[in-house]
Amino acid sequence: MSTAAPTQEHAEHGGDTNYLNATKGVMAWLTTVDHKRIGVMYLVAILSFFLIGGLLALAVRTELYTPEGDIFSAGTYNRLFTLHGAVMVFLVLVPAIPASIGNFVMPLQIGAKDVAFPKLNLASYYIYLFGAVFMTYTLVAGGVDTGWTFYTPYSSGHSDGSVISAISGAFILGFSSILTGLNFLVTIHKMRAPGMTWRKMPLFVWAIYATSLIQVLATPVIAITLFLLIIERAVGIGIFDPALGGDPVLFQHFFWFYSHPVVYVMVLPAFGVISETITVHSRKHIFGYMAIAGSSVAIAGIGFLVWGHHLFMSGQSELSGAIFSFITFGVAIPTAIKVCSWIATLWKGSIRYNTTMFYTLGFIWIFVIGGLTGLFLSTLATDVHLHDTYFVVAHFHYVMMGGVLFALICAIHHWWHKITGVMFDEMMGKVTFVVVFIGYNLTFFPQFVAGSQGMPRRYHQYLEEFAIYMQLSTIGSYLFALGLFMMLGYLIRSIVKGQKAPQNPWGGVSLEFETATPPDEHNFHEQPVCRKGPYDFDEIDPSMA
Amino acid sequence: MSLLLALTTAAWAGKGATFWMPPQASTLAPDIDYVFYFIYWVNVAFFVVLIGATALFTIQYRQKALGERTHPTKGSHSLEFFWAVIPTILSVAMFVMGFKVYIDSSVPPADSMDVRVVGQKWSWTFEYPEAGIETTKLIVPAGRNVRLTMNSRDVLHSFFVPDFRIKKDVLPGRYTVLWFNAPEPGTHHVYCTEFCGDGHSVMANEVEVIEPEAFDAWVAGEQNKGPLTGAALGEDLFSKKACNSCHHIDGTKLIGPPLNGIYGKEELLEGGGTVLVDDNYIRESLFSPAAKIVAGYPPVMTPFQGQLTDEETTALIDYIKGLE
Repeated sequence: MSTAAPTQEHAEHGGDTNYLNATKGVMAWLTTVDHKRIGVMYLVAILSFFLIGGLLALAVRTELYTPEGDIFSAGTYNRLFTLHGAVMVFLVLVPAIPASIGNFVMPLQIGAKDVAFPKLNLASYYIYLFGAVFMTYTLVAGGVDTGWTFYTPYSSGHSDGSVISAISGAFILGFSSILTGLNFLVTIHKMRAPGMTWRKMPLFVWAIYATSLIQVLATPVIAITLFLLIIERAVGIGIFDPALGGDPVLFQHFFWFYSHPVVYVMVLPAFGVISETITVHSRKHIFGYMAIAGSSVAIAGIGFLVWGHHLFMSGQSELSGAIFSFITFGVAIPTAIKVCSWIATLWKGSIRYNTTMFYTLGFIWIFVIGGLTGLFLSTLATDVHLHDTYFVVAHFHYVMMGGVLFALICAIHHWWHKITGVMFDEMMGKVTFVVVFIGYNLTFFPQFVAGSQGMPRRYHQYLEEFAIYMQLSTIGSYLFALGLFMMLGYLIRSIVKGQKAPQNPWGGVSLEFETATPPDEHNFHEQPVCRKGPYDFDEIDPSMA
Repeated sequence: MSLLLALTTAAWAGKGATFWMPPQASTLAPDIDYVFYFIYWVNVAFFVVLIGATALFTIQYRQKALGERTHPTKGSHSLEFFWAVIPTILSVAMFVMGFKVYIDSSVPPADSMDVRVVGQKWSWTFEYPEAGIETTKLIVPAGRNVRLTMNSRDVLHSFFVPDFRIKKDVLPGRYTVLWFNAPEPGTHHVYCTEFCGDGHSVMANEVEVIEPEAFDAWVAGEQNKGPLTGAALGEDLFSKKACNSCHHIDGTKLIGPPLNGIYGKEELLEGGGTVLVDDNYIRESLFSPAAKIVAGYPPVMTPFQGQLTDEETTALIDYIKGLE
């Protein structure tokens, strides 16, 4: 499938030296400023925390297999779902694609030697680990039971959990996120290869750009909010707790001013990944390049103005509710444009049936369900009924977790040869996809029904009438976990005994496919020049128009 | 008679219920379900078109040979315009429908009967200001508009009745309002939907909708109850203050320890030591529950300082003393 002869490539680039073996030893990795190594270290850390967050989720699902609260006490159960949410949001989903794949791929795609501030990039990684230490400490120091949203006054004055360490962790992780965003913004502005105009940037780079804007602008707000919460809990200065003269709804405004935009920090890079994989594996130019690039920026912008849709039931005024509902529908339109453009890209393409493409199609399935169910929640009248039920749990797992995870899996498979220099077993990849896809949908689809039938979220015990949905969901979660472990198995196996990857197995034409596989330390031997668009594949035939 | 009542209640319990939605038991429910099903069918149509096109293209344009030629299109302004405008129109339609029904559900009619709802960890109490009575279960007359004015004694709660399609957060230091009109007699679940700690999932209750005549009779009966004293007052408070949502009196563990047969016994404390359960220990546990925690239980009880008079405190102690 290779479009360039690997032997010739190696001759040009002087043998087998690459970023993985250029320097050896643990210290060489821990002190590296190479964006590729930092990306790999992020990926390992993020997947490790995904394992922890996932095991917590399985514990939650196991408890919910029966209506009675028979495995864990209420206090333990509350800690399990809180830690699951906090680990998954702050340690996994926010950095998932930008910090790992973004770090690895984005500088390659723009033809740069590294990011603009390589040492700052390493510093971001250590700040991430430092925040992770606080989160891990919370895990062993009795946990925290507030929900990942830390709503006041429960979190500031009532919870007996280790609230301050958890919040400090989230606070510190925010700085990692800000610095990564800043680094990427400067990199994209200043370090593009000659010839790479804004309209020739791969869409993944556009998505990372929009993501970085949100990270830089929204994250400071959560930092200050969490800091105020620490002050209230530790010193007793009343900011959010009415018993101390504060306002609990103020916390919700502050919290969602960050935490709504941050779902786009999670999902915009996922959109970027899909725009890359769907074109390369269907050998077609992306349909509506500017519309997709522009809609990323539009979503980033509108995303700042919709936080109040989390507060329809909080006691905020009806007028605010109406305005926030209206603006929220504004997110639906750029999202619809993206989905339609991806599907149109498939038209008259030459679609490969491989693992990456399967996850790309799986992403479309999941995101269509996640996106459409969002309409029930942006509509005021129906949100009254569905708010804080399992319907919402299902919805945000479809968009945040399903969307991000499927895109991350897509990206890992798509660029696996670049990262590791080996090929994974395609057959195992496809079989695993079937398990993951069925497991995923079986886990989360029944939760929509449980929720619209009235089952509230964060319930340790529930009524018998919801048992059927909860049992299907629990069975699905085990299947889903099985699939993910299978994936871990064949990916590790490929590193140990996989076939050496050809230089460009997918025939991609964006700049990351021009360099060696795996790339050498400085990415390119000489400054690459961007001569054609990222989606101008050889197979495209102008006479078919 | 009671059988007849049970049968009619059962029949009503299913009215308007679908695969997606619980029964429609308030005048608002059909309107909200109408909006739900409008969005639902729009979604089904979109899902079929989008996933159908994806499946069709994926099958039809499967790569059959390497180097196959593909179409050179880079986009189409008319198509892009089309799939930006259609969702916009439908979004505006959804917004308008949702907004109208939301305003109806937000403005209680002027002739509504008032009930005050107080949430606290982990129970609900209901006060009927006109009748001057207080209960632990919401009982309302069928066919009458009811306005709930709600607040919380401690943390955030949220009052949710799925069958009525109503929900609103219940906050400390602020009042929020809900209203409903349940046309038929029946019993419906009430849930707390804002996470509030260990008892969140058991902070459940029921709304009982009864015939207006039965309601009047019930109110009169409550009003005519003489003042309670001693252990009888204690028993009444035990449920009114929702002690029973955390403490069983049959020897089984709940969020807190069971309270039967403990009077006069030594209890092991968290962190070592013992305490004799006497009048003073019970009083201390009511007012500063965290002072001496019984081993094996979390320190999560709400202090009742300021919520109980001396007479009520003594009555509760007398009641607990008598439990076997």
